[in-house]
Amino acid sequence: MPGPTPGPLPKGGRGRRDWGERTLAWAFLLPSLAVFALFIGYPLGRTVYLSTHGNDLFGAPSRYVGMRHYTDLLASAEFHKTLVTTLLFVLLTVGPGVFGALGLVLLLESRVRGVRWLRSAFALPFAFSVASASVVFSVFFNPAIGVLNGLLSQFGAGPVGWLTDQRYALLSVCAATVWMNLGYNVLVLSAGVGSIPQETVEAARLDGAAGWRLARSITVPLLGPHLFFLVVVSTINALQSFGQIHILTQGGPDGATRTLVYSVYEKAFAYGSSDFGTASAQAVVLLMVVLACAGVQFGVLERKVHYA
Amino acid sequence: MSATRYALAETRTVRESTFRVRELFGRLAVYALLGAAVVTVAFPVYYAFAGAVMGPSELSSYPPALLPHSVTGRNFTGAVQAIPLGRQYLNSAVTATAITLAQLLTSILAAYAFVFLPLRWRAAVFAVFLATLMVPWEAVIIPNYLTLSGWGLGNTYFGLILPFLASGFGTFMLRQSFRQFPAELRDAARIDGAGHWRFLWRILVPLNKPSLAAIAIYVFLSAWNQYFWPLIITRTAQMQTLQIGLASLRDAERADPGLILAGVVLSLLPTLALVVFGQRFIVRGLTAGAVR
Repeated sequence: MPGPTPGPLPKGGRGRRDWGERTLAWAFLLPSLAVFALFIGYPLGRTVYLSTHGNDLFGAPSRYVGMRHYTDLLASAEFHKTLVTTLLFVLLTVGPGVFGALGLVLLLESRVRGVRWLRSAFALPFAFSVASASVVFSVFFNPAIGVLNGLLSQFGAGPVGWLTDQRYALLSVCAATVWMNLGYNVLVLSAGVGSIPQETVEAARLDGAAGWRLARSITVPLLGPHLFFLVVVSTINALQSFGQIHILTQGGPDGATRTLVYSVYEKAFAYGSSDFGTASAQAVVLLMVVLACAGVQFGVLERKVHYA
Repeated sequence: MSATRYALAETRTVRESTFRVRELFGRLAVYALLGAAVVTVAFPVYYAFAGAVMGPSELSSYPPALLPHSVTGRNFTGAVQAIPLGRQYLNSAVTATAITLAQLLTSILAAYAFVFLPLRWRAAVFAVFLATLMVPWEAVIIPNYLTLSGWGLGNTYFGLILPFLASGFGTFMLRQSFRQFPAELRDAARIDGAGHWRFLWRILVPLNKPSLAAIAIYVFLSAWNQYFWPLIITRTAQMQTLQIGLASLRDAERADPGLILAGVVLSLLPTLALVVFGQRFIVRGLTAGAVR
């Protein structure tokens, strides 16, 4: 038996109530919008403004110089090197970081004992901040008393200048970064594996799939969206990495680890420098690159929504 | 006939045993790989703790000592003397707590407006919130530094906190969970005479505690771990956060690895506790943006 259909709410004073609710909505949004306007919207404009103006020694903007900072950057060999270093840093941290974590998660899935315990062990680096992890690695990489060179000497290999040798500095910083991100990556991919329907896995097992084959034809394809998310997020994080470079190498030796973000810091803040014009132009470049990555993510997500 | 059957049976057992051997080797390989990975991942953590209690002679011995032979607390007292660690702990705690509480509040209000209140240009306003998530903080750090220094807030708690009072992330996540709130419960509350304010704080917020906890842990960890902003906005050791203090411990005149590692261990305790006890919330927060 159908119950009484719910009628519309009493109309009395509808207009006034509606007005009140609309005001309330804006009042609730106001705190967030004010913070965004002050600390994201306005500074975005100001960054662009600063990047098109010269500045005095103390960073105060002077006359309008148009695209000069940008054309200077394009012509500068130092900036080219910065871009290449940034690209290498992204490739060498995102690739090993994401696929190393994928390997670990797949190994954990192959019905081993003590999975929970192992998973917690792999998530340990997540408790480290960038600064604390970098500081620990600075002890490892120490040329004179560091553990790494100590172990190498056991095998008769000579001491390596992990952070001071042009050839190894970037690799060392990347290795430390991969370690820092591993915990996060393992957590995300473990959650992804957990969301794969158990029936699918069981069906594949009944059909005789196990080990490598199960991983290749079931787990990895179904992890696709998580892997994609992780690659994009890791790329954006890598582009913004700063603490480990500041602590481990200060961009050196001779610019071997100077990424885009570090270059912004160097020009704007390091050693009393206040070259806000050049730094802002580089910040705009950084913004464009990150927005492009976010755009790729959005575009792909949009497509998925359409097909679903 | 019986001979062929016998032969068939024999090949089967042979096949089965080779399969067993292969499987055994596979298992061994998996365990060996996992073991190597665990050692690689856990070693820096282990060494931070072990090195923190080693004496200077052990830390600089060749080959490196991997096990502390005697336990000393000297590094901890040394670290506390080298930098105002207690004060920097307080700075980090005040900053991260204030940011977390503020972001919870601003996000709750904004998400409520998006889900439960009539709003013109809802999609456009929400797009603004999403857009803030895509702007890298480093791209706006120079003007923000100029703004806050201009207001005289350099080297103050306000300088550390103010830019992070709101975030698109919290609003985005809360909007998702508010939208799943059962309409019957909301109507029931309204019929019982609860207005928006009462409904929000008495019913909606208590029933969304898991989401709020996930957001809180995520925001707290990111605030606690911040590096670039506190580095430039603070000037004195008294106002620096723990992360900057750690880095300066490394630059101290005699960069003593024991002191450095002791500092790391001390700084690690709160985040380690959060990761161990809040793991299930953390995973929730981490994958919020992932495709589901």
